[in-house]
Amino acid sequence: MKLLRKNGLRATALGALAVSSALVLTACGSDDNSSGSGSSSASASSAGGSSPAAAAGSIDCGKGSGNLLASGSTAQQNAMDQWVKDFTAACKNIQINYKGIGSGAGVQQFVQGQTAFAGSDSPLKPEEIASSKKVCSGGQGIDLPMVGGPIALVYNVPGVDNLTLDASTTAKIFNSKITKWNDPAIAKLNPGAKLPATAIQPFHRSDESGTTDNFTKYLIAAAKSDWPYSGGKAWQAKGGQSAQGSANVASQVKQTAGSIGYAELSYATSGQLPTVQLNTGASAPVKVSSEAASKAIADAKVVGTGGDLALSLNYTTKADGAWPITLVTSEIVCDKGNKAATLDATKSFLNYMASADAQQKLTAQGYAPLPDAIAGQVRTAIGSLS
Amino acid sequence: MDTTQTAEAPPPSPPQPPADLDQGVQQRPVLRVGDRLFLAFSGGSGILLLVVMAAIAGFLTYRAVNAISQDHGNFLTTFEWNTGVTPPVFGIAVLAFGTIVSSIIAMAIAVPVSIGIALFITHYAHRRVASPLAYLVDLLAAVPSIVYGLWGALFLVPHMNGLDLWLDKYFGWTYIFDQSAPGSAARSLFTVSILLAIMIIPIITNVSREVFRQVPRMHEEAALALGATRWEVIRLSVLPFARSGIISASMLGLGRALGETMAVATVLSSSSVLSLHLLDPQGGTFAQNIAAHFGEATDFGRDALIAGGLVLFVITLIVNGAARLIIARRKEYSGASA
Amino acid sequence: MSHTASDLGARHRGSAIARNRLPKWTPLAIAAGAVVVGIGIGAGAGLDSHVQWGLIALILFVAGNYVVTRVADGPRQAKDRVATSLVYACFILAIIPLYSLIETTIAKGVKVLDGNFLGHSMSGVLGTQPGGGVYHAIIGTLEQVGIATVIAVPIGVFTAIYLVEYGKGALAKAITFFVDVMTGIPSIVAGLFILSFWILILGFGFSGFAGALALTILMMPIIVRSTEEMLKLVPNELREASYALGVPKWRTIVSIVVPTSIGGIITGVVLAIARIAGETAPVLLLVFGSQVINNDPFEGPQSSLPFYIYEQYNLGNPAAYDRAWAAALVLIILVMILNLIARGIARWKAPKTSGR
Repeated sequence: MKLLRKNGLRATALGALAVSSALVLTACGSDDNSSGSGSSSASASSAGGSSPAAAAGSIDCGKGSGNLLASGSTAQQNAMDQWVKDFTAACKNIQINYKGIGSGAGVQQFVQGQTAFAGSDSPLKPEEIASSKKVCSGGQGIDLPMVGGPIALVYNVPGVDNLTLDASTTAKIFNSKITKWNDPAIAKLNPGAKLPATAIQPFHRSDESGTTDNFTKYLIAAAKSDWPYSGGKAWQAKGGQSAQGSANVASQVKQTAGSIGYAELSYATSGQLPTVQLNTGASAPVKVSSEAASKAIADAKVVGTGGDLALSLNYTTKADGAWPITLVTSEIVCDKGNKAATLDATKSFLNYMASADAQQKLTAQGYAPLPDAIAGQVRTAIGSLS
Repeated sequence: MDTTQTAEAPPPSPPQPPADLDQGVQQRPVLRVGDRLFLAFSGGSGILLLVVMAAIAGFLTYRAVNAISQDHGNFLTTFEWNTGVTPPVFGIAVLAFGTIVSSIIAMAIAVPVSIGIALFITHYAHRRVASPLAYLVDLLAAVPSIVYGLWGALFLVPHMNGLDLWLDKYFGWTYIFDQSAPGSAARSLFTVSILLAIMIIPIITNVSREVFRQVPRMHEEAALALGATRWEVIRLSVLPFARSGIISASMLGLGRALGETMAVATVLSSSSVLSLHLLDPQGGTFAQNIAAHFGEATDFGRDALIAGGLVLFVITLIVNGAARLIIARRKEYSGASA
Repeated sequence: MSHTASDLGARHRGSAIARNRLPKWTPLAIAAGAVVVGIGIGAGAGLDSHVQWGLIALILFVAGNYVVTRVADGPRQAKDRVATSLVYACFILAIIPLYSLIETTIAKGVKVLDGNFLGHSMSGVLGTQPGGGVYHAIIGTLEQVGIATVIAVPIGVFTAIYLVEYGKGALAKAITFFVDVMTGIPSIVAGLFILSFWILILGFGFSGFAGALALTILMMPIIVRSTEEMLKLVPNELREASYALGVPKWRTIVSIVVPTSIGGIITGVVLAIARIAGETAPVLLLVFGSQVINNDPFEGPQSSLPFYIYEQYNLGNPAAYDRAWAAALVLIILVMILNLIARGIARWKAPKTSGR
């Protein structure tokens, strides 16, 4: 028993030691990452095309100050991170905290008055506009398109480095109508490729997402007869496998031979996955890229009314080098009746996001900058927020 | 050991208890005051907990009823979960099936194995080995579920392929272990069950271990004195005494298995297909369904998810009720039956 | 129990002295033989999964052990041997995945885990870049879990005391009922409740405290259930001896019942802490998450370790994955330290002498 007691004391002493050493280790917590990541931030900003100093020059901090909370679409998280970093480096009185928790949850937090703005993959629905009137005293929520993003088709077929599909074969693959890689329809689009006789394992998102919404909107617009579903954020087709989140889709495609899936371009790039080229009817098959997506977005029309700038994308574009599967995320704010405490900071941050400088930075992150015409309309709309 | 304990423990508080108050001579009223305070405190805690829990149950029921009343499918038998369309159609058939099946398999694996580990730690291993092991198991209870999910997707799923093919080959005739497309990734309910089993083993083991430690030494020594083998000691004196504790431990494990979100969401290839082919990548669970739909859910969508959560409560309740019945029947082994 | 014991004695009389006639190394020899034959069969039949080889070896070992012991020592010893082999087998079977899990986490976690990582927040670090740290999340986790523990442990333990020592009638039944139902509560549902009640109805903002309230809800049922079980195991003889000496009931509980079961109670508490320390959803809904250090749990958004892991994992690039694994390792170590302290306290306070 004495022995046990000693052991107990020893355990306590050990625990105390561990805790105190942990405290010592972390007692010097710091928000300052400038020295630690100096080299990497320099490389990122050079990739973005402008030095931090130059970027700071174009940022108008306004009279705003305080802590901005915003949440919503995960698709624009990386873009936001970059902008928040550059903006707060220039405007020390403003802190911005954007959390990608999903468009629906972001819109809810916004209409419950908890956040200054929301990021969303899809325009506000009528009932959401109705409930936004509660927080926007005298006004309502509006969509401001801000970030364009190409959705890539990623695949993993051993021995095939170049794969071209068109809307109809894509729809049939994801609808389990084409089940082998050496199907005549695929072979016809890929003359000369050594297509294996293995089964196709199509991966879709198990969670609801704007990515699925836009991908299926494309299939509906470009291959209606092969995609007999109504579309929406939830996946409707039968068959195939599913994974939670774009990161998971990309990693599953990477580890499953014979698979194909869809994810934002940045996940394809960071996972080093090959992407499908799309035969859109243009003179040559289109490869997915930021520029190709920007070209397609330039075709979009503003369909929102009364200050709302919701876009309608043209999924059937046949323009040369235009990638038609894209996603445009918007910021949602009140046109009138934004909270006085955060109005100035919100306006100056939104202004920065819509500026040509900020938009150009997106390319490095795998996003597509807004076409100038739309960006101009967005800036005008921001100017009139109150 | 027990006898010495009983003899030793009281002396610090010998016959003159907290009678250091003014009416020291009259013991009974003083006792009642202390007891009443204590009773009030513990009863108060209980009532507070009850109020909170009842409020949650009420809140959930209120919102669930709102959702179910607008459901254009049959809430109990519809397979798909589509709350974003008008009219909304959603049902729990696939989710209830997936949750129950994965939990049953997980429990079938985890409970015997956990009892084995707990016995190993308390009755078989040398003490020098046992206490580091106990720490290790404690540590595993601390692994956050997202890490189990990452590990499951990176390590377990690829390693399950061989087992799946083997099961398909030799047990495919059972229908349950038949794979529709042999060789497809092992992102099935069966893999989820195994992952859940691994997750809850530390919980069941830890609590069972504490219970086994509490078995009165007298019982074991009596059996040993009669010449029982180690297994007979365990079967005749340890397991009967610990039965209620093991069941409670299992219920705690089951609670985690039923409500597990992130690990299931990461590993399972979910779909609105209800099938007994457990090795096929399909199915879903309540908690996974919440994770998949919460981010894009509207207010109504949230209510629908809560309605699913409410069904999970009912399942938990039925299982726990059954467990309580079993425990109650074996009250004679419980110390505090008075 | 008494009749089984006498049965046992009767059956046993003949062979009591003749135990363990087989030499001590027999199981080892059988194990070695089983492994060799298992590999032989596996390789011979062309089974490609090594798991199958192991399973075959395991079955051979258990069967061989039984047969050998039964022939040499009789059926009772044989059963004992089989039970022993099964317990060892369970242990080995379970330790493989658990070991792999820990190994994966450590191997992937140590890559970026250093003083800089522990001492810095993610302020100004892009998700796609390497660098940054976890300090803000450690602070958040410690404060939120700390607050939740401080609220939940007394309520939980006292409720369990009420149920075991006083509880009779409708109130106890109702409490038991709700505690049972709440053990399977998905954390996001607890989060939604606090969101409606604390943030939407009472109008408080996002804070670590709101998250802690949801964690409290998740924690209480676990504590009540495990503590209740441990208190029930305290032999009634102890209570009766105490009453017989004139000790009032509350002092009996405080100085006899609780100390006797303190090890088990603390195990329950540690399990509950371990469970809530890994919860993401309440933080997502109630604490909002943050990239910068916020030391005040009552005001403004905070981060937490599981939220941080979730966030980094969703970014889905190599640098973020490294951070996610490192944060997972930090979380495990943190809970392990708490565990060590708790066990130290348990050893120190408990009057246990039975030495297991």
